[in-house]
Amino acid sequence: MTRVITLPKGFERPSNLGSQQKYEEVKSSSKTITLRISKFNPEKDSASTFLEFTVPYQKWTTVLDAILEVKSRHDHSIGVRYSCRQATCGSCGMIINGKPKLACFTKISELDSDVVTVEPMNNFPIIRDLAVGFERMFTTHKRIKPYIINEESEISGTKEFLQSPEDVEKYIQFASCIKCGLCNSACPTMAADSTFIGPQALAQAYRYIADNRDKGKDKRLKIIDERHGIWGCHFAGSCSQVCPKGVDPAMGIQLLRGYLLGYRK
Amino acid sequence: MMSSIMRESHIMKIHYLTALVAVGFVIIHIMIRFTHGSFANSLEFESVIANYKSIPYAIVLEAMLILISVHGFNGLRIILLEIKQGSAYENAVTYGCLAAMIALIAYGSRTIIMASMGMV
Repeated sequence: MTRVITLPKGFERPSNLGSQQKYEEVKSSSKTITLRISKFNPEKDSASTFLEFTVPYQKWTTVLDAILEVKSRHDHSIGVRYSCRQATCGSCGMIINGKPKLACFTKISELDSDVVTVEPMNNFPIIRDLAVGFERMFTTHKRIKPYIINEESEISGTKEFLQSPEDVEKYIQFASCIKCGLCNSACPTMAADSTFIGPQALAQAYRYIADNRDKGKDKRLKIIDERHGIWGCHFAGSCSQVCPKGVDPAMGIQLLRGYLLGYRK
Repeated sequence: MMSSIMRESHIMKIHYLTALVAVGFVIIHIMIRFTHGSFANSLEFESVIANYKSIPYAIVLEAMLILISVHGFNGLRIILLEIKQGSAYENAVTYGCLAAMIALIAYGSRTIIMASMGMV
């Protein structure tokens, strides 16, 4: 049995138009921007270059949409990492017009510029073009033991961990971290100190220390209390400014310092 | 390594504390300069030597020397460790700053003691 679905008026697919024809129509009827994409292959190039493309956009077009438009129609070789397209996976972090942002979460219409320049994130090694390596961030993230440390377990049924809304409030914003790396990219200390633990890992250290189910406070404080640990933070606050999920790593770092300086228990 | 002898948080507590206490001593120092004798002549040789002869004021100067040296050289260590990394370099910077701090405090203390005892 064939099921016929009738789409509401205005949502019909114009089946009589070819894909290229549709594209040209959209392109001629909508506004355009110049998209400048950084190209760099560390195996071949000594410095990055910029390729420029004219891309049509609508009110809802994101920077990632524009990059994928270029990738599908003009230059298939552009290296870009993406996945969910809804600011959840944290894959498409890049520098957009000089600021670290998620490409899928940044609308071109909101940039208020005829030229959109996209570059790979700072403080990360470039794999190719806009794709960067996350090894350093994942290593520091693992170092701070990003899990509940407690001998008793809800899973084995020895104890039920109850939390009041006030208990959850202490750490919940830090649990929103999607590990996109934008905070590390914006951090001035990360740019200078190649061994600095970074705002992402420090914010996650606070997330678990502030969780009243966790018993690993002393272990984590020992990990971050070293030469290139928490004290490298100069409280520039740029990590908090660029976080697409509203996490405030700079505040988490200051609260962690409270534990180490003895005015928080 | 200094940071293996002392935890970084202990070093930073000293760093913050020396800054705060030094501010207090510097305020005392400036107030004394404004209230005792002529401010314009305060850097003349006789005036400087006279300062050291006053034991309470010599103690203020000695405290300022120690506090600012500890704070300053630790600050320098922090800056240098952020500029470049590596075990050998970091140890050299840490011990270098520690040695320079001790040398400056020793030399400054020697000057204060000699001047206050009338040996200059």
